[in-house]
Amino acid sequence: MKNLYTTILILLVSFSFAQQKPATAGPTSFILLGGTAHVGNGEVIENSLIQVENGIITKITSANEEQETSTSGQVYDIRGQHVYPGIIAPNSTLGLVEVDAVRATDDVNEIGSFLPHIRSIIAYDAESRIVESMRPSGVLMAQITPRGGRITGTSSVVQLDAWNWEDALVKEDDAIHINWPDRFVKKGAWYDPKVGYKQNEKYKEQVQELEEFFAQAKAYQQADEPKLNLAYQAMGEVFTGDKAVFVSADSPKDILDALEFKRRFNLSNFVIVGGRYAHQVTKELKAANVAVLANRVHSTPEADDDDYDLSYKLPKLLHEAGVLVALENSGQMERMNSRNFPFYAGQVVAEGLSKEEALQLITLNPAKILGIDHQYGSLEEGKLATLFVSAGDALDMQGNRLSLAFIDGRKISLESHHTQLYKKYKEKYEEESEE
Amino acid sequence: MLKNTLFVCFLLLTFIGISQDYFPENHGIKATAKTPILLTNANIQADASTFIEGGSLLIHEGKILEIGKNLQAPKGAVEIDLNGQYIYPSFVEVYSDFAMESVKSATTGKQYEANRKGYYWNDHIRPEQEAKNHFEFNEAEAKKLRKLGYGVVNTHLQDGVVRGTGMLVALQELDNKNKTIIAPKTAQYYGFSRSKQSKQSYPSSIMGMMALMRQFNYDTQWYADGNASETDLAIEAHLENLSLPQIIYAGNYLNVMRSADVAELFEFDFIPIGGGDEYKRISEIKKAFNQIILPLNFPDAYDVEDPYMANYVSLAEMKDWQHKPRNPKYLAEAGLEISFTMQGLKDASKLMKNLRTAIEKGLSKEVALQALTENPAKILGMENQIGVLKEGALANLIITSGELFDKETKIYENWIQGHRNIINEAPFSELEGNYELAFDKEKIEIEISSKKDKLQLKATKDSLKLGTKIDFKSNWLSFMLTETDSSSTQMNRFAALVTSAENEFSGKVFTHEGEIHPFSAKRVSAEDKDDDSEDSQEEKDSEDKENTEEEYLSPITYPNMAYGMPSPNQKSGEYLITNATLITSSDAGTLENHDVWVKNGKIYKIGENLKAKKAEVIDASGQFLTAGIIDEHSHIAASSVNEGGSNSSAETTMEDVINPDDISVYRSLAGGVTTTQLLHGSANPIGGRSAIIKMKWGASPRNMIIEDSPKFIKFALGENVKQSNWGGRERFPQTRMGVEQVYLDYFSRAKEYEKQKASGKYRYDEEMEVLLEIINEERFISCHSYVQSEINMLMKVAEQFDFKVNTFTHILEGYKVADKMKKHGAGASTFSDWWAYKNEVKDAIPYNATLMLNQGLTVAINSDDGEMIRRLNQEAAKSFKYGGISAEEAWKLVTINPAKLLHIDDQVGSIEEGKHADLVLWNHHPLSIYAKAQMTMVEGVIYFSVEKDEKQRNEIQKERNLLIAEMMKAKNKGMKTQPVVKKKERHMHCDTLDDFLFENFSEAHSHQH
Repeated sequence: MKNLYTTILILLVSFSFAQQKPATAGPTSFILLGGTAHVGNGEVIENSLIQVENGIITKITSANEEQETSTSGQVYDIRGQHVYPGIIAPNSTLGLVEVDAVRATDDVNEIGSFLPHIRSIIAYDAESRIVESMRPSGVLMAQITPRGGRITGTSSVVQLDAWNWEDALVKEDDAIHINWPDRFVKKGAWYDPKVGYKQNEKYKEQVQELEEFFAQAKAYQQADEPKLNLAYQAMGEVFTGDKAVFVSADSPKDILDALEFKRRFNLSNFVIVGGRYAHQVTKELKAANVAVLANRVHSTPEADDDDYDLSYKLPKLLHEAGVLVALENSGQMERMNSRNFPFYAGQVVAEGLSKEEALQLITLNPAKILGIDHQYGSLEEGKLATLFVSAGDALDMQGNRLSLAFIDGRKISLESHHTQLYKKYKEKYEEESEE
Repeated sequence: MLKNTLFVCFLLLTFIGISQDYFPENHGIKATAKTPILLTNANIQADASTFIEGGSLLIHEGKILEIGKNLQAPKGAVEIDLNGQYIYPSFVEVYSDFAMESVKSATTGKQYEANRKGYYWNDHIRPEQEAKNHFEFNEAEAKKLRKLGYGVVNTHLQDGVVRGTGMLVALQELDNKNKTIIAPKTAQYYGFSRSKQSKQSYPSSIMGMMALMRQFNYDTQWYADGNASETDLAIEAHLENLSLPQIIYAGNYLNVMRSADVAELFEFDFIPIGGGDEYKRISEIKKAFNQIILPLNFPDAYDVEDPYMANYVSLAEMKDWQHKPRNPKYLAEAGLEISFTMQGLKDASKLMKNLRTAIEKGLSKEVALQALTENPAKILGMENQIGVLKEGALANLIITSGELFDKETKIYENWIQGHRNIINEAPFSELEGNYELAFDKEKIEIEISSKKDKLQLKATKDSLKLGTKIDFKSNWLSFMLTETDSSSTQMNRFAALVTSAENEFSGKVFTHEGEIHPFSAKRVSAEDKDDDSEDSQEEKDSEDKENTEEEYLSPITYPNMAYGMPSPNQKSGEYLITNATLITSSDAGTLENHDVWVKNGKIYKIGENLKAKKAEVIDASGQFLTAGIIDEHSHIAASSVNEGGSNSSAETTMEDVINPDDISVYRSLAGGVTTTQLLHGSANPIGGRSAIIKMKWGASPRNMIIEDSPKFIKFALGENVKQSNWGGRERFPQTRMGVEQVYLDYFSRAKEYEKQKASGKYRYDEEMEVLLEIINEERFISCHSYVQSEINMLMKVAEQFDFKVNTFTHILEGYKVADKMKKHGAGASTFSDWWAYKNEVKDAIPYNATLMLNQGLTVAINSDDGEMIRRLNQEAAKSFKYGGISAEEAWKLVTINPAKLLHIDDQVGSIEEGKHADLVLWNHHPLSIYAKAQMTMVEGVIYFSVEKDEKQRNEIQKERNLLIAEMMKAKNKGMKTQPVVKKKERHMHCDTLDDFLFENFSEAHSHQH
């Protein structure tokens, strides 16, 4: 009987906690003292001092050199711990789907082919339980991206602790996203154990369609009084370079075709997404000054003949060839697995990249690619204090245990639906054993 | 030869009558007996080993009366001089659906029960089907086959798992239908495919079909013993058919091996029809079979001219392209009697071409002929009547211009039971030459030549070339000459009856002006060689060149693909791994600077400064040695995962469908995995039995299965079994409430069965046997489960029947009922951090493993995924982040704990003396994200090491380049190529269904675990 009461009580309690409460306080001022700072640009500062004023990093230096500290805020003693810039998940669908199998919670694919006017941000669920589960791993920002169609829509960059989408915004309508036509189309049934693909006879046609859309959209911008076309209108900033173009393409030929497309339309802000075989065309990518969001590190190589660790080392191969590269993780269970972004970077370290370079793949590099590096992506003076403190090496599961996290200088909660359930049942068993 | 042709007309006339029989006639006269025919002066290949040069063959009443040298024509016989042409027995096709009416596909019908009444409970078992009831002679098809040299086919309705009997028919509608049908019931056929005539959903997978074949045989035995109270027309038919040869369409080497497993159990012999890839496991196939039927559909080379596209062709495909044409040779050399079938040959005219290819690749001509004639005849027990030329055999023969397999050889005639069919008219080489053509006032020089048995004509008038067309049919030569100038086109058409090639022929010309004149053509001496013969000279040259160029032949590896092993059975080595940090997963904990001595596949000794003279030393200084990772839940290396055709499929087993050619096995080794449980999927509450396998890359399916494997079965609860996310709403159960009742029902039935069994008089039921094993705790359950209510339910059901649920797998809400699980005695195998993919996992938390561990459960972390299996060490390490358990406890989550759950912890799961040498060497602590497996050993065999892998990568590149060059050569030779296709492995998960079930389901949900 007693147990029953406990259960009822706990149930009541559980109804009362829904999502974590986002930080209400505005940007604060504080000092992180004594931690090892992983700046995000390759630098490491042991025993560091990071001073934040009104949400902005005003000082980052060695604590050995800087004995005096201004005392405008709280001082956190984080000796023995590590500080990192907040991790950024580009090309993400966080907040667009809550439960995969429940269609009602799915807002990721819109009908149609050319959808630059479809804006992800308005469907972004700032209160998603999946979103809140990112923060305890240090993933603090994301580029929310729709998926369906040839031009899937327009993404926005958000920070992951907000009351609503408007408050979450970091950069609104930052880019359009293109699924480059497939050279191969599935043949036979999708459930065949070996999925077969035949060459896509419509490839050329589909590329032409895309080119025509771009040509018309470009012409539309120059017309004096054009009849309203929402899709074309949404393309305006693409041609000025204010909106980036992200293109999903994997094979060398597709990437080269995409680069030719970039050249034809003079698209200055152009990013390849996926790029499973981008390491075969690094010269061309570099020459065109095109960055790559490398395909999910934890995925199996496409071909049986590929190196078993090709997906693990792809970012390293691109980085070493001088291509600006960041990580992405689209695919099966992408949303819930986004909390593993730090470990994707860690996996690349196992392939021989240095830890600090690997950190860049999920902090400064994505910030650069998303065009937010003036404010985010590294622990540098003048940037916003979007950062976290981990007990150990955050790129390794063994060390990634967060004690503190800040977004724009606001201290955020590290609790989640998961930590609450954990505590609830831990307590249940503790109480039971006490009896 | 021209004379011969003329003679045919006469001969055919004499054939119209019929000998004595009981059919009423309406021909006016009955006395129409045929005369004997003597074929003389022929090179007769009576069978593969008997050749009679200049022999004769006497035929009467559709049979061979006599064969030999210098036969005397009996009085009244017609004699045909074959002028040195060749005679062979006509071919025998043993797997065909010739002249079978097409089956009606069921569009309606029951989904879970059979539609037929009075027959077996499963509609896909159709032994009562008799070819003769579905037969409607098809002359067009017959003609095609005759043209290729076939005389008889054994045809059947190719529909169902058990397909009923085939019949042997002549490829000629003979005057007496009874002669067309040579034997009405010759063999019983089987296949790994469902009947189109029923919608009954079971079986929906290969393993379901295997189980069904087994149960059908058990039921037949029981029925034969007189135990059944009612009549089953299917079983009755089957009992009758069992005296016939049993032929099974396997279609690939794995199914060939699977058919052997079924046949072995019931002590009968299948004759399998392979897929052409049997070379991949020749030693196993040789052990199981003496005979095999092989297809001749060899793949075309891929068009690899575009180097980027070539990337999409896998080494496996290239190797297969190279070895498939050699498959007949390999099997023949291994001692199997091979027969050929045309089945699968899209372009029938390729038959001879592909046969020649097989011969070119080393198949002896003798065997090739046997495979077309004697061997298929032997399969049908008709070797004295068909496929051979001897006294008393049917007069089924082909007459050819030369040796059968020579490129230039043509089939002139195909005689079927004495009925003569002209296939190709002999070429008119006699007609070739230069003539002076004269008509009216015109004089034209013409030149007749032949190329590939077709006449060609060149004509010049006053040194002006004319347009020409020429044809020769049934002794009539017709040709046309066209004169074109700027203003008009003038056509003159010529026709002449030419029965022999003299120096002159004449006929009529129909001029462009509409007049008819006689013409004559007089032979004049040929001048210089013409262009064509130069062409053919060139052709010959290029052919010679081809033959001198040596072909690169890729080695057959196990599996025959990238990273394959040189042999399927690796010998274990003796190794001394020195100075390693051992993470033992045992009470010994972590041992620094220790040596491990591996001998005879076992861990022989563990210690410091060990000395082993014979052992190869592996210096592991600075490295970590662990036991191999064990994955409690995986669906890699399987040809199918779910038998979802009914809500219980306990009779199926994953051991039937292991696929050793899955690259996931190699990649798992590269991630330190050495053992895994291949679980049935989660489509139904009671799934199929498991296969617990070692990652012995390259071994045969049977050898991958762990020795004395504990018995397991998959159960499943929740959304998948109630088909929440796909499918219709017909199958019971649709709720968790129904799921409980399914279990109560099945276990109660199993108890009843047990009583019946004890009485001694019972029908062996494989499904019930398996369920009884569970109740008697001889078989363990691994149950796919998510929410606490259902977990609790299954434990209560088990307790009711007095057994324990061994493992809850996935068990994402296990943390909510860990105390109850502990009390029950269940273990848990879970994901580290997956959640939110279905409604039932919205409360899944990454702290699950820790909370359950803290309650004293045996907990493992599993993959259920072909990607995650490669890095289970990392998944275990997540328990640091979520719950903070010790390193040693965390490492046990993927080693000794799953070994305990699988009841193999006495053999594997830790580094202890006497255990299997399943070891992994890591460059960092394996719980670190930075750790990479350096070497993975299974039972003392190093299947993976970074050095070996590096070497193989280079070899793969080299081999690819060599094979691409071979494909380019093939293309340059003018051989047909096929466009490149891309192939991608689909990772199988719990809910991956075989094709049938998904016909109606949407793609929307692709992977839900």
